[in-house]
Amino acid sequence: MSFTTLLVANRGEIACRVIRSAHDMGIRCVAVYVAADADAPFVQQADEAVRLDTTYLDGDAILKTALATGAGAVHPGYGYLSENAAFAADVIAAGLAWVGPSPDAIEQMGDKITAKALAEKAQVPSLPSTEDPAAAAEIGYPLLVKAAAGGGGKGMRIVESTSDLEEALAAARREAKSGFGDDRVFLERYLSRARHIEIQILGDTHGNLVHLGERECSIQRRHQKIIEESPSPRLDDGLREAMGDAALRLAREIGYRSAGTVEFLLDDETGEFFFLEVNTRLQVEHPVSELVTGIDLVREQLRVADDEPLGYEQGDIRFDGAAVEARLYAEDPANEFLPATGTLAAFAPAPSPEVRWDTGVAEGSVIGTDFDPMLAKVIAHAPTRREAAGRLALALARTHLGGVVTNRDFLVATLRTPEFIAGDTTTDFIDRVQPTCALDPTNEQRTLLARVAALWVQGANRRNAHVLGLAPSGWRNARMPAQKLVLEHAGQSVTVLYRSLRDDRFRFEPTDEAEAALARIHACCESRIDAEIDGHRVSARVTRTGDRLIVQGPNGDLTFTEQPRFALPSAAQTAGGFVAQMPGKVLDLRVELGDRVNVGDTVIVLEAMKMEHPIRAGESGIVTDIRVSEGEQVEAGALLLVVEPAEDE
Amino acid sequence: MQPSLLAPPLRSTLDPRAPEFRENRDAMLEKLEEIDALLDEAELGGGAYHHERLAKRGKLPVRERIALALDPDSPFLEISPLAAYNSSYTIGGGAVLGIGVIAGVECVIFANDPTVLGGALTPHVGKKWMRALEIARDNRLPYVSFVESAGADLRRSGGSKKQTDSSTAGGTKIEHFAETGRFFYEMIELSKLEIPTVCVVFGSSTAGGAYQPGMSDYNVVIKQQSKIFLAGPPLVKMATGEESDDETLGGAKMHAEISGLGEYLAEDEPDALRLCREIVSHLNWRKPGPAPSLRADPPVLDPEELLGIMDADLRRPVEIRDVIGRIVDGSRFEEFKPRYGATLVCGFASIHGYPVGILGNNGVIYPDSAEKAAHFVQLCNQIDVPLVFLQNLTGFIVGRDYEQAGMIKKGSQLINAVTNSEVPHLTVIVGASYGAGTYAMSGRAFNNRFTFIWPSARIAVMGGKQIAGVMSIVRRGQAARKGEPFDEEADAQIRAAVEAAQERGSIALEASGAISDDGILDPRDTRTALGICLSVVRNKPIEGTAGYGVFRL
Repeated sequence: MSFTTLLVANRGEIACRVIRSAHDMGIRCVAVYVAADADAPFVQQADEAVRLDTTYLDGDAILKTALATGAGAVHPGYGYLSENAAFAADVIAAGLAWVGPSPDAIEQMGDKITAKALAEKAQVPSLPSTEDPAAAAEIGYPLLVKAAAGGGGKGMRIVESTSDLEEALAAARREAKSGFGDDRVFLERYLSRARHIEIQILGDTHGNLVHLGERECSIQRRHQKIIEESPSPRLDDGLREAMGDAALRLAREIGYRSAGTVEFLLDDETGEFFFLEVNTRLQVEHPVSELVTGIDLVREQLRVADDEPLGYEQGDIRFDGAAVEARLYAEDPANEFLPATGTLAAFAPAPSPEVRWDTGVAEGSVIGTDFDPMLAKVIAHAPTRREAAGRLALALARTHLGGVVTNRDFLVATLRTPEFIAGDTTTDFIDRVQPTCALDPTNEQRTLLARVAALWVQGANRRNAHVLGLAPSGWRNARMPAQKLVLEHAGQSVTVLYRSLRDDRFRFEPTDEAEAALARIHACCESRIDAEIDGHRVSARVTRTGDRLIVQGPNGDLTFTEQPRFALPSAAQTAGGFVAQMPGKVLDLRVELGDRVNVGDTVIVLEAMKMEHPIRAGESGIVTDIRVSEGEQVEAGALLLVVEPAEDE
Repeated sequence: MQPSLLAPPLRSTLDPRAPEFRENRDAMLEKLEEIDALLDEAELGGGAYHHERLAKRGKLPVRERIALALDPDSPFLEISPLAAYNSSYTIGGGAVLGIGVIAGVECVIFANDPTVLGGALTPHVGKKWMRALEIARDNRLPYVSFVESAGADLRRSGGSKKQTDSSTAGGTKIEHFAETGRFFYEMIELSKLEIPTVCVVFGSSTAGGAYQPGMSDYNVVIKQQSKIFLAGPPLVKMATGEESDDETLGGAKMHAEISGLGEYLAEDEPDALRLCREIVSHLNWRKPGPAPSLRADPPVLDPEELLGIMDADLRRPVEIRDVIGRIVDGSRFEEFKPRYGATLVCGFASIHGYPVGILGNNGVIYPDSAEKAAHFVQLCNQIDVPLVFLQNLTGFIVGRDYEQAGMIKKGSQLINAVTNSEVPHLTVIVGASYGAGTYAMSGRAFNNRFTFIWPSARIAVMGGKQIAGVMSIVRRGQAARKGEPFDEEADAQIRAAVEAAQERGSIALEASGAISDDGILDPRDTRTALGICLSVVRNKPIEGTAGYGVFRL
C-alpha cells in the first residue's frame, strides 16, 4: 500500500464497515464526526477522530482534516460526498487517493439523463423517459418523476394520472433541490410489477472489469430497500449472463474503476430488463455480494485506489449459496414507516444463529432525527435461499431489541411470508402481501412474558432493597394480599398477582386473564432471568428503561409499560396546569386561549387576603385551557388554566 | 466475599428417618394447619359482610392498605396476628400490627381494622397499640398508624371492670379508666425521642381516637372520608344543642384548610398511601448500623427439619444444637465452654450476616450452666453483639444438693446479667418455658426486643402435671391434718381436670392470643424472623452495658 492512513468521510455503520477492512489490511483510520455523533461507535473504532463543526458534506473541512492527519486516501462510504465528483477531484488534486471511481465517471453517472444516453450507446436498454413534462403522455401512466441528481428514493414520485403530475413535479423538485442541490427532474415509465435487480461491478485502473453477480432489492418501503439478496430467485443463468454483460458493457464505456452498481428494473412477467442508473460508490447492500462471492469489496476498493490490479477475471468469480440482508430501521411499520426516535435501551444480537451484523449503533445509542434511522444491516448466508431467509428471520427474532420502535418484527414477518419464501418478490411486495407490522402475541404468550417480567422486577426490587434485602421476597408470616404488578402491552393491560412460597417458588394467583401457575427462578440478574413457569422454561433478556420493560421471550421481544402503583391526583397530573395556591378572587386574567406565554410571564393575578398574587409561567408554551374568568372566586387547589409546552424550538 | 465466622458448621444428630422425627413432624404440621386456619379467620376480621360494606364505600381492607404502603416485594413481619385467640373478641384483635419497609425505611405500622367493631378500642387493640409504640421506641422505628376507629368500646368501658378473659393468662386484672390513655403519652414521647409519627386517617377518628392524629407529627386526611372530631354530631347535640354535620365538624377538607390538623389532603385511599410513602421517604432516616458484616449463606442443615425436632408433649429431650444449626448462617456455631454447664448451650454465630450470641437450653438450668451463661451475656455486652435466646427449659434445678450449691445465687447472677444487658435480646420459645427459667432466658418481662413462640411451645409457671401434683399433695396434707379420709378417686379426677386446664392454658396459642409474645412462628421461619429483627434493632445504636448491678457471688 502506498498509503498507511485512510480518512473515512462518513459515519454510522458504513464508517465502521470501512474501518474494519482497513484495519484488517493494516491501515490506520481517521474518522470525522459531527457533535451529534460524539458518542457513536465509529468514533471510538477509528484510530484518530476529528470533530467537524459543519456537516459530513463539508468537503473542504474533510480534505483539510485528511491532510492534517497524514491520510493518504479518502473513503467516502455511501451517501454524503460519495458521489460528489468535485470533491473526488479535490481529493485527487490534493495528492490523495480517492477510494472510488474517477470524478468523470461519477459526474457522468450522477446525471441520470447523461447516464441514460451512455447506456443506450452501450446498447443497454432503458425505460422510455423524458425531461419534458409536456411529453408525459408519450411515456404513459403510471409514470415516475425522478430527480436527475437523485438516489435513495429522494425526489421520487409515482404519478397515476395527469391531474397529479403538476403537484408531483413540484414536490420532486423541492426534494431534489434540498437533497442534492439540483432541482432537475425527469419522467420515466413506471413498471408496477417489477423487480429491482442490480449488478455489482468491480474494476481496477488497469482496465480489468468483473461483475459479482446480481442483487435483488425489490422489497422496498417509501422507495427505500429493506430486504436485499443475492442471487435473485427470478434470474436464470441466461438472464444473469445477459444482465452481467450489459452492466460490463456500460462500465467499459465509461472506463469504470472501483466498486459500482448498475441498477436495472426487471419486468417480472416478460423478463425484460431496463437500465435505471449506476451508483458510483459502495452500495448499502454490498454485503450480500461479499458473502456469496467471498470477496471483500472494501478491500478491493482500497487495493484499486492504490493502483493494484484485481488479479482475477470474470471466470474466477465463484458464487456460493445465497445471502439475504435485512435493514433494521428505527421506524414504525404500523405508522407508514415513519422514523422513530429514542434511546436504544436494548440491543443485543443473539449468539446464534450466526449472521453478519453491520451496525453503527450500540446499546444506549440515542436515535435522533439528525441522521438516517438505520440501526443495522443483518446478513445471513446459507447454502440455499430458504435457509438464508430462515436464518436471518430467526437471528432477527432472537435479537434483544427495544427502547425505540423498530421494523424488526415486520422484517421477520416479511422473511417468513410464503410469498417471500416462494421468491415472489416484486417492488409492490409490501402493498400486495402486507406482512404483519408487530408481534401479535396470544393471551397466553403475553401472560407468560408478563409473569416473567414480574419475576424479574421482583428480583430487581430485592437486589436494590435498602434494608432487609436478605429476607425472602415478599415474606409474610400471616395473611396479606398478593404482590401486584400491572403491565401494559399494546394497549392491553395484564395484571400479575403473585406470592413467594416457602421453597423459593412463586405462585401466580389466577386473574381474569390467566390461570394460577407455579414458578421457580433459576437465575435472575440485571440483564436476564431464567425461570420456569408451570414447567415452561423461559430464559429471557430483560431491559428496563424508565417505566418500560423489554422482555425477550421465545417469540421475540415484547415491550411492557409498568403501570404506576399510585395515580397522581388530577390537579397535579394536569401538566402545565396552574393551580390556585389559596382561595381568592381572579383579579386579572392576562391571557387568552391559544396565547403564547414565556417563562416568567404573569398569566393571572389572584386577590387573596387583600393582597395581589401574580401567577407566573414556569415554562413557556401555549394556553390550551382556561377554567376561570375575571371576578370569579376560586378555591385553593382549583385548576385555573393549562399551558402546554410548545414543540421543541 | 464478606468474611465469615471461622467456626465449622454444626453436625446434626437428627435422624429424619426415625419414627420419633416423623411423629414430631406430623404433630407440628397438624398444629401449623390449625394456625393456618386461624390466620385465615383473622384475615377476615369482622367477616365477609363488613368487608362487602367496606368495598361498597370504595374503601380498602386494612391488609390492602398496608400492602399498598409497603415497598413491593419487601417482607412484612406481622406482630401478634392471632391476638384475642380463644377470647370473646374477634381473632386478630381488631388491629393489624407489623414491621414493614416503606420507602426503604423499616417502620412500625399499626392499623385499625374497620370491619371489627368499627375499629373500636377493645382491650386487644389497646394492648397491640401499646406494643406497637414500644417496638417503635425501643428500636427507634418511625411509627405509622392507619387510623379508623370509633373510639372507646362503649359497651364495655365503664369505670372499672374485671376481666376473666384468657387474655390475662388466667389471672384477674383490675383496670380503671383513670389509668388509661397511656398511648397518647407514648406517642408524644416518640416525637420527642426524634422518632417521627405519621398518621393516615382513613375514616372516623373520634373522641379518644381524635387524639391519634392530634399526637402525630404528620397527618394525612382523605377527602369525604376522614372524620376527626372530639364528639360527633349526636354527642355535640347532646352536649350543647348545636346542630352540625360530619364534614363541617371534622371533615378532611375542613382539617386541611381550616383547623390545620391535616397536613396532607388525599383524594382517596391509594392517594393517602402514596402521600404516606412520600412522607416516610423524606424522613432522612439513617440507621446507625452496622450493616450486616458477615457472610449470610443459608444453613447447611435443612431448616425444613426443624419441623421434626420438638416433641408434641415436650417429654423427650431435645438437642438445641439441632435447632441452632438450622437457623444460623452456614450452620456455623462457635460454642463457648462446651464442656462446662452443658445444659445451657452458649456460642457465637451469625444470622443474615449479623453477629449474634446464642443461648439455648438443653434441659434444666444447673448452677454451673447459670454461671456460664452469665459470663457469656457479659462477653456479648463487651463486644456489642445482640443475644438470641432459644428457650426450652423446665426451670432451675431443685433439690437439696443444688440449693446448697447456691442455685438461687447462680440463677440470680444470670438474671442480673440478662436484666442489665443492654444489647438487643431476641427470644424464641421453642419448647418449654417454665418458672423463673423464663426470666433468666430473657422472657417478655425482661425487656427483650422481640419474643416469638413455636407452635410446640408451652409457657407457664410450671408444668400442668406438676401443678396438679403439688395441689394434690397439699390437699392430702390438709386431710391428714384434719384426720379426714382422703378420697383418692375424687383426687384423681381433680388432678386430671387441673392438669388439663393448665395444659390448655399453657399452649402457644393461648400465650400468643394474650399478646404476651409477638406471635407464633412456623419453625422454618425462625431464621427469617430473627434476621428481620436483627436488622430492625439496628435502627438504634447497639451498645452493650458498661456496668452491672452488684452480682451476688
